[in-house]
Amino acid sequence: MVIGLGHYLTVAAVLFTLGVFGIFVNRKNVIVILMSIELILLAVNINMVAFSTHLNDIVGQVFALLILTVAAAEAAIGLAILVVFFRNRGSIAVEDVNMMRG
Amino acid sequence: MTVTAAFFYLFATITVASGFMVIASRNPVQSVLFLILAFVNAAGLFLLMGAEFLAMILVIVYVGAVAVLFLFVVMMLDVDFAALRQGFLQYLPVGGLIGVIFLLELVLVVGAYAVDPALVRSPGVPIPAPDVMTNTEALGQVLYTRYFYFFQAAGLILLVAMIGAIVLTLRERVGVRRQNITMQNNRTQDTAVEVRKVPFRQGI
Repeated sequence: MVIGLGHYLTVAAVLFTLGVFGIFVNRKNVIVILMSIELILLAVNINMVAFSTHLNDIVGQVFALLILTVAAAEAAIGLAILVVFFRNRGSIAVEDVNMMRG
Repeated sequence: MTVTAAFFYLFATITVASGFMVIASRNPVQSVLFLILAFVNAAGLFLLMGAEFLAMILVIVYVGAVAVLFLFVVMMLDVDFAALRQGFLQYLPVGGLIGVIFLLELVLVVGAYAVDPALVRSPGVPIPAPDVMTNTEALGQVLYTRYFYFFQAAGLILLVAMIGAIVLTLRERVGVRRQNITMQNNRTQDTAVEVRKVPFRQGI
């Protein structure tokens, strides 16, 4: 049995769906939402590397590296905002995020 | 079933299962640990695809930095996570519906997918054979030449993220005594020592 492109794409699709599903069901918990975003980015990376291997083109791996960079930066900034928000409000529930409402 | 297929199914199963546990587990600390498990197994998938450098980077950067950062934040914030899970069952039908539709669409796309033969014939930068050049070297030869500006932009993004995170979380505490080195070094004998003439048999 040969493991081809379709197998990897299916795994990535399932992971991506799990990420989107996680954002929907954990609507109150910002930490789990951030983790779901990480899952989505991981799925995209699996897609990138799978196509890179399948098309015999290393540029896909370069872009996977760039996605990894952006994901790390996003996690750092997101968690920093979360910490500041918790310091100000004492809560991380999403429905409490209404300070900028006019 | 070959060894490759067996390892693919092992890694894929654990990745998907731990991805599910990330969003389903009650305790966020367990969520972070399952996220780490998902990343490690995704690194295994990367290894199977021949992207060794990315696999190692995934373990180092994600498991070593990002997931531990998550763990720090989860443990640092004193949050009642049980209250945050209220409404989990309320959102479950809508989320499940959207998830199922989404997954069906994606699987249909993957099933009907075919690569244009013209693309396969002319790769941009072909991957060299592993006995000619390692994956790391091949990646470096592309990243530092053709995609050098992208590399610099990635560095800039990381710098901005670092400065942003520091600026966001740094706070000036009031009422804290801290060492002021300039003031200490600027003290002279005149300001520090006072010479008094003490009368005989009397104190000051």
